Amino acid sequence: MASAAETARQAERADVRSRWLLSTPALLIILVAAIGPLFVMLAYSFMVKGDYGDVKFGQFSLDGWFSVFFSRDIFDDTVGLADAHLSIFWRSVKLSLITTLLTLGLGFPTAYFIATRPASTREVWVFLITIPFWTNLLIRTFAMQEVIRNEGILNTLMMWLGLIDRPVQLMYTDVAILFGMVYVYLPLMVLPLYASMEKLDFRLVEAGYDLYATRLRVLWRIIIPLVRPGIVAGSILVFIPSLGAYVTPRVLGGGKNMMLGNLIELQFGAGRNWPLGAALSITLMAIVMLALLVYVRNAARSGAQHV
Amino acid sequence: MRGILLTGTAAIALLGFAGLAHAEGELNIYNWGDYTSADMIKKFEQAHNVKVTITDYDSNDTALAKVRAGGHGFDIVVPSANYVPIWVKEGLLLEARPDQMENFKNVDPRWVDVPWDPGRHYSVPWQWGVTGIGVNSKVYGGDINTAAIFLDPPAELVGKINVAPEMNDVLFATIKYFGGNWCTDDKELLKKVRDKLVEAKAKWLAMDYSVTEKLPAGDYSAVYYWNGAIMRSRLTNADIKFGYPKEGYPIFMDSVAILKDAKNVENAKLFMNFIMDPENAAMISAFAKYANGIKGSEQFMPEEMKTAPELVVPAEYEKAGQFLESCSPEIVDLYSRIWTDVQK
Repeated sequence: MASAAETARQAERADVRSRWLLSTPALLIILVAAIGPLFVMLAYSFMVKGDYGDVKFGQFSLDGWFSVFFSRDIFDDTVGLADAHLSIFWRSVKLSLITTLLTLGLGFPTAYFIATRPASTREVWVFLITIPFWTNLLIRTFAMQEVIRNEGILNTLMMWLGLIDRPVQLMYTDVAILFGMVYVYLPLMVLPLYASMEKLDFRLVEAGYDLYATRLRVLWRIIIPLVRPGIVAGSILVFIPSLGAYVTPRVLGGGKNMMLGNLIELQFGAGRNWPLGAALSITLMAIVMLALLVYVRNAARSGAQHV
Repeated sequence: MRGILLTGTAAIALLGFAGLAHAEGELNIYNWGDYTSADMIKKFEQAHNVKVTITDYDSNDTALAKVRAGGHGFDIVVPSANYVPIWVKEGLLLEARPDQMENFKNVDPRWVDVPWDPGRHYSVPWQWGVTGIGVNSKVYGGDINTAAIFLDPPAELVGKINVAPEMNDVLFATIKYFGGNWCTDDKELLKKVRDKLVEAKAKWLAMDYSVTEKLPAGDYSAVYYWNGAIMRSRLTNADIKFGYPKEGYPIFMDSVAILKDAKNVENAKLFMNFIMDPENAAMISAFAKYANGIKGSEQFMPEEMKTAPELVVPAEYEKAGQFLESCSPEIVDLYSRIWTDVQK
């Protein structure tokens, strides 16, 4: 009998071993292609910058990290907070938060609409949501430019309708950036929202109405808590790429005001300060991780309350 | 055997098929966007039986960073004058000795002993031009021969200006606007420059590269940009006028050079020689609307270019033009901090 238990244990060990072996290729790729470059970046951020870009290998320096947060005044050499970087950080975070809220506001009713269609037509609606992914991001951004420019479709239409008598300057404003980002990231909000709404038991909604709950109360106390995982997932999926957005602010924002992605690009290009660029990238990642951590912890705690 | 081959090759060369015999294959050109004449490339491809691929970049620094990273596969690059010494110093260029090539005799003496490549051991002229002012005269009718158009813009132009997103060109004009010298480290003057740019930027619409479409279409009413692009804008919209900032404006020249790790060196050399032929140089200019630095190319150029106000510098503004030299790393660092400050 002892040997039977022994065989079972052996089989289990073999199983574990083969699982590890099978996942080795994937783990290797993650290690080499995703985590490896992070270490390269981390190393670069601690080196002396080269005169014409690149870094001076093996020469240690904290200048890159120092100038992420502090700057020596150009004119009187006093050290202060790097307000240029901080205001670019703040603009990025602000625009990304607004993008997330707007996509949530637009995506929630859309997902609700799809989830309440008959099962046979839902797939068609989901399919329609994914159509924008067929076109390259850059092309969609330039198409958006054709819509909102002074001589573009939107202004021409509004003038034809008599709503305005001269074109409204939309291009090259923060409104244009928001417009573009909401358009680009909306599907990323709708899809996870829909995924959790599809599982929503609408009998609970009916039960709420039976107990004389108002529509708002049903939304607030029943639907939103139940689709919370979808809201969290969608917000994360939208917020993170918005924070690093490069193409949209560059094309629609007119390159006058930088976002984080553009600031990092400047350091690897005309700024010729790769250590600073690397340090900024890592800082951006740290912010994202922090936001994720806070979100997950909050979600866990409020989830526990509801149960 | 070798002897026979050589004689054979020489014979073919004499028959005028040198290109065919030597250079079947490919050529990968890495050049600024919207800058290369497709007709000229087609002519080169047919003359030498070479397949040409063109890849675009939008700034000297992008090109430098990408080539230095390696694995780019390019044969030819077209850096600006102030960047050529960096490319040479970093050991990225092949000393191709274009000065010993057949067509070198056509290069205008003005562009031979240039400070960035004395005697032209590495590079040959591609195109040269100036950064100046373009204004839609329907919107603003006053004097446009001044950097004040974008630094102290008249009310009619506020919110309708596009400025080239080029650190060097913008800082140059602004430093000159305050009477300073390029590469200056005069903190007092640079403070004025920074403050003026921060103040002026609020009155600009954009800092973008798409001038040839948006200036004629009316999205922009004024630009600080390169003369060739402004001329192309004028050809689609006759209201566009060109101005030379009298306080000082930068002159640039982009030069064709071969990369040290080029795979198609022979084809690249053929290309260098090819573009020093006046007729071919004229094709380059006819497309991008910049002057080229090859003697005798004028006669092949379209009529409209011979008298273009964007290309023929009026005598009174000739002295205001100055070459954009490359400053020392310390100055570049200082300038790029000012630039970040302006763009925040």
